Amino acid sequence: MRKWLTQPDFIVERDVARCIGCRVCVRQCANAVHSYDDEDGTILSESDACVGCHRCATLCPTGAIAVKRAPLEFRDNANWTARAIRNVYKQAEGGGVLLAAMGNDQPFPIYWDRMLLNAAQVTNPSIDPLREPMELTTHLGRTPDRVEIEPRPGGGVRLKTRLGPQLKLDIPVMFSAMSYGSISLNASIALARAARAAGTYANTGEGGLHRSIHPYADNMIVQVASGRFGVDADYLNRGAAVEIKIGQGAKPGIGGHLPGEKVDAEVSLTRMIPEGTDALSPAPHHDIYSIEDLKQLVFAIKESTRYEKPVFVKIAAVHNVAAIASGCVHAGADGVVIDGFRGGTGAAPQAIRDHVGIPIELALAAVDTRLREEGIRNHASIIVAGGFRSSADIVKAVAIGADAVYVATAALVAMGCHLCQKCHTGRCNWGIATQDPVLTKRLNPDVAIRRLTNLLRGWSHEIKEMLGGMGINAIESLRGNREHLRGLGLTSGELQALGIKHAGVGA
Amino acid sequence: MKRIFAREEYCLGCRLCEIHCLVKHSKSKRIIKAFRREQDTAAPACRVEESGRVSFALQCRHCEDARCIEACITGAMHRDPTTGAVICDTERCVGCWSCIMVCPAGAVERGRSRQVASKCDLCMGEDTPVCVMHCPNEALVYEER
Repeated sequence: MRKWLTQPDFIVERDVARCIGCRVCVRQCANAVHSYDDEDGTILSESDACVGCHRCATLCPTGAIAVKRAPLEFRDNANWTARAIRNVYKQAEGGGVLLAAMGNDQPFPIYWDRMLLNAAQVTNPSIDPLREPMELTTHLGRTPDRVEIEPRPGGGVRLKTRLGPQLKLDIPVMFSAMSYGSISLNASIALARAARAAGTYANTGEGGLHRSIHPYADNMIVQVASGRFGVDADYLNRGAAVEIKIGQGAKPGIGGHLPGEKVDAEVSLTRMIPEGTDALSPAPHHDIYSIEDLKQLVFAIKESTRYEKPVFVKIAAVHNVAAIASGCVHAGADGVVIDGFRGGTGAAPQAIRDHVGIPIELALAAVDTRLREEGIRNHASIIVAGGFRSSADIVKAVAIGADAVYVATAALVAMGCHLCQKCHTGRCNWGIATQDPVLTKRLNPDVAIRRLTNLLRGWSHEIKEMLGGMGINAIESLRGNREHLRGLGLTSGELQALGIKHAGVGA
Repeated sequence: MKRIFAREEYCLGCRLCEIHCLVKHSKSKRIIKAFRREQDTAAPACRVEESGRVSFALQCRHCEDARCIEACITGAMHRDPTTGAVICDTERCVGCWSCIMVCPAGAVERGRSRQVASKCDLCMGEDTPVCVMHCPNEALVYEER
């Protein structure tokens, strides 16, 4: 239904010369954009409800559908953009908080695109990863300050230092937290099984661990967030690692809200809350108001898991992120997860998503530098998240100082997501961010797993090629090696924050 | 032999299987022309059954003890000696519909233009039947079981 003043975002065009009237579009659109008129035998498309998810256009067997930006343009105004005007219309009509989903879509600088990688020439040989071994294996967790050995009874020596619990990754990429509830069970299962197949880890988010994912729990990081949904001793001990979520890049300082309509019987069982009730995650953990409080939770979890699981702390990239991350490491975290402001979400206030937090590139550089300066970089791994799009982004992150990268949006895109940013409506046409049984079956986990593992395999080949080009044969050797990065078109302030030199400046 | 199996838990009900089956069994084999000009002469043999949330595509099961072959009064319905598929020779079929009456799956239909039985031929000559190939969610699989 068209609202006064609000205009559609997209216009759906049907090429009548190609349309065969098969009605696939009518059957596939959960927003009821397309409808069939029995009397006239025609298909109508009402653009008002179109979210631009491309489901109809993708499945149309004759390519008869085009989805275009609505051609109704406002007079050019650099201050009052169409988005700004439309947002005012929407709020004037509804009077509420504007909701958005996925990551920050505003044109802030993307520093990955302003950083360039090095390659070996003449003075050091490059390596061909197809002919020589290339190591991407990554371990996450605390490593000791020094290695001590002791005499072995009966001669020789043995290692005295005991290594803490570690996660072993075949590729320095994991699937970041997406709860069952915010995404469908099929999507959750696909992520878990793909993580198993690719030798990496997925993350439960605050959705608990559904029993159908128990067989893959060895490849799951279980999250403890402010709502503590789904958390008990069994949950903590099933996972490969535990992650305490303090903040999320898309909405730093903000809690979560899964509407009661989405809390069906299965979600209710998994989250351990009554069916149909809203799952409200408070903005803070109400038992954590300081680093000392955080330490208590970290060690409560370590006690509950008999010191056998690494405990990570996830924070959003905010202005004072380096000091906060340092605090987390001092609190006993075996890994610090930093989520940049381009990180995704199933629902967040648009004002927060688009204006709070800082880019992950700068946050990572600040945290890595700080932990090195304090001499505690080896106490915790740094895992970064927030809008990683490609293998090149990942390699650059490792060069700045990350141990591993979390991806979620890229994983969703691999499964079919078209970034229409309507996750919060629960009507995901691709069967990902929905609990509607008609829509969830659109995501066949077997297909999704194949696509996810293909993506990781492709990235793995590309990372090896880039490492080889730099003359490096193990990802470990690139970690924190910022000499392999150069900035392009960055100010001296930005270069300093990133800890890199400008392109053209030699060693 | 390989058969087509539906995984109803992943069927979207989009009916692309039906659409591509019709194209495959049309004269021109070109989708727009098939739908515009050849609908009446095409012989599709894939049908999506739908009730509420449940849907799945149904084609001939190519039964091992095919009742349609036994019931056929002219011998038109026969088993292809090389593939094992149950095939109707439309030159010999007289349209008595005995096969339709005995088919336990309801997978044989009356031809649209000619009075002959119309049924799945597993897209003779193709490695994978078109309904399986074009299913966007792999809710149809072609395999030995």
